Amino acid sequence: MEDLKLHGSMSSVFTYRVIWALKLKGVNFEFIEEDMTNKSDLLLKYNPVYKKIPVLVHGGKLIVESSIILEYIEETWPQNPLLPADPYEKAVARFWSKFADNKILTLYGFFVKVGEEQEKAVQEGLEILRNLEEHGLGDKKFFGGETIGLADVGLGWIAQWLAVLEEIVGIKLLEESKFPRLFEWRKNFKEIPIIKENVPDRDEMMASIKIRHEKITATAHD
Amino acid sequence: MAETDVKILGTRSSPFVMRSQIALKIKSVDYEFLEENLVKKSILLLQSNPVHKKVPVLIHGDKLICESLVIIQYIDETWSSGPSILPSDLYDRAVARFWANYIDQTWFPSLFALLFTKGEEAKGKAIKQLLAGMELFEDAFKKCSKGKAFFGGDSIGYIDITLGCFLAWIRVSEKFNGLAILDTEKTPYLVSWAEKFCADSTVKEVMPEVDKLAEFAIKLEAHMNASASN
Repeated sequence: MEDLKLHGSMSSVFTYRVIWALKLKGVNFEFIEEDMTNKSDLLLKYNPVYKKIPVLVHGGKLIVESSIILEYIEETWPQNPLLPADPYEKAVARFWSKFADNKILTLYGFFVKVGEEQEKAVQEGLEILRNLEEHGLGDKKFFGGETIGLADVGLGWIAQWLAVLEEIVGIKLLEESKFPRLFEWRKNFKEIPIIKENVPDRDEMMASIKIRHEKITATAHD
Repeated sequence: MAETDVKILGTRSSPFVMRSQIALKIKSVDYEFLEENLVKKSILLLQSNPVHKKVPVLIHGDKLICESLVIIQYIDETWSSGPSILPSDLYDRAVARFWANYIDQTWFPSLFALLFTKGEEAKGKAIKQLLAGMELFEDAFKKCSKGKAFFGGDSIGYIDITLGCFLAWIRVSEKFNGLAILDTEKTPYLVSWAEKFCADSTVKEVMPEVDKLAEFAIKLEAHMNASASN
């Protein structure tokens, strides 16, 4: 049994990336739920620079930042690889992983903004989806090719959470007519057994995100 | 000029482009430097990096690799017989990636803000963040170098490249603002590291001269202000 602990939160998309990677590789770990409104002393000690989850603790060694954790997992447990062996294919996967990281907040923009700012955020969100559709996926089933890879795991929140945000706000970004390949990707991603078994309950997710939205937009006018 | 299928699309003032050059020099790989005009971007750039339209782009035969950190890892893995850039220990690799990420996401924006933002408050905030970062790097250096000359040990590694590429720009900022970012009292290890880094054969030829860079910075700021007011 590996001495492996994951400090995270079931309401965090970044935590889910790590859970998916570990489960896809069949690696056992202990999950410790962190209350982000009341961060444990352990978390503050583990991640003093960012004070964020997820944090992976492997044999007492700490790894932070979900994308970095994913690369660490990939290198430590090479079974069921999430990255191809070829350096160029790896570079492409890492490019889209980085794209996922850099664009998450922008894509989230339509959910947290109101009025004119929201309109701008919607356009920015659509541009992100366009890039994913045309340059990222191309003709492939997944970003990783025939099977999912690091980039799919990094972008997985689009498959799981975006629809909930769209429903609450009443604006659809990922429309089948506009982004047929990405739409199909989302369907396929959600059907993967490990992914299917490891997602938050939709009703619970809906309820907690709705509360978050009310809080955010209440202050948005100040 | 030797025939080579390795090209870098970039500018000589960009620290991100410098990263790619240092990495290739570490591996003793010949390359052609294609100077890009960022005001009037070439068709080659727009086609090679349609998503971000940014430099550097590494062109290796018919392969196009974008994002400076992705490029370093590609170079490290493709020319694997040369000296390693990333550490071999898996945990040390995670640490190296952590610092590269911190440098790009948190620290560099404050350097950029110090150079190009107006207003005392904004500059003050940038300086605070910048200096806080330097203290973290001093601490990280002690841990990572294990008594050797570089973050990577005896030779230049991932963190060295990722941070070292900014040294000329740091000097420009110090000059413009009359402050010490690399401080012999507060960050003595970094001061010594910076000297060795800049003197290294893989860095010397690609690190811009501070005075020339300062002139360029003034022109760049003027250009940015002109575009902003349009």
